[in-house]
Amino acid sequence: MGYNIGVRLIEDFLARSNVGRCHDFRETADVIAKVAFKMYLGITPSITNWSPAGDEFSLILENNPLVDFVELPDNHSSLIYSNLLCGVLRGALEMVQMAVEAKFVQDTLKGDGVTEIRMRFIRRIEDNLPAGEE
Amino acid sequence: MTVHNLYLFDRNGVCLHYSEWHRKKQAGIPKEEEYKLMYGMLFSIRSFVSKMSPLDMKDGFLAFQTSRYKLHYYETPTGIKVVMNTDLGVGPIRDVLHHIYSALYVELVVKNPLCPLGQTVQSELFRSRLDSYIRSLPFFSARAG
Repeated sequence: MGYNIGVRLIEDFLARSNVGRCHDFRETADVIAKVAFKMYLGITPSITNWSPAGDEFSLILENNPLVDFVELPDNHSSLIYSNLLCGVLRGALEMVQMAVEAKFVQDTLKGDGVTEIRMRFIRRIEDNLPAGEE
Repeated sequence: MTVHNLYLFDRNGVCLHYSEWHRKKQAGIPKEEEYKLMYGMLFSIRSFVSKMSPLDMKDGFLAFQTSRYKLHYYETPTGIKVVMNTDLGVGPIRDVLHHIYSALYVELVVKNPLCPLGQTVQSELFRSRLDSYIRSLPFFSARAG
């Protein structure tokens, strides 16, 4: 969910922010947190818990605007309400040749202190010539 | 000074849009073939430029010119490519190509849920806005040859 939003949103993001291509995943993390989240949600998550290899990090959202006035009903207590964000991140990064995995680790709706999204870099997607051309 | 024609490609090499203004000579091959030829050349020149670059490449390939025309190239990190052919009198027009991407393509195609991505743009509004934007450019002149 959210994937198709990401695919289109990245174009808007590039058109408005004039950010160039990132050189490494750390720069990508910075741009996501400081430019993209600020632009679309008005918040700046902090980046922590880098894995030693530098291919995984966590985005910590102190307050998540998507869950203002939201509480989970008892019979849906396992619902990942803001999972949309993961799809958006995955879709947007895929369009700039980065395959990533995004998932919720902590969620304030479930009683955690903060909301945490874990991002993992999988691989770079290489451009290929379309089939049928030499 | 004048604008000859404009191609818009996506990252998969699909020609999203083509329009021409003062093009006196055609390539003599079907349009589909022409798009493929153009995209193939851009693809090769892009990888050539980045392989041969003696310094860390920043924006990459921007333009080339022959004795008769100049090809301007702009690419976004998402692989959208804007290609415009003009005559030799036109200087760097990166901002113009960026405007076509950000104010026309993104606004009228990407943000229009009825426009599927990755196919030729059918939007009449996009075509007409693009046409009037190109015609309003200072270096667009109907009389030039």
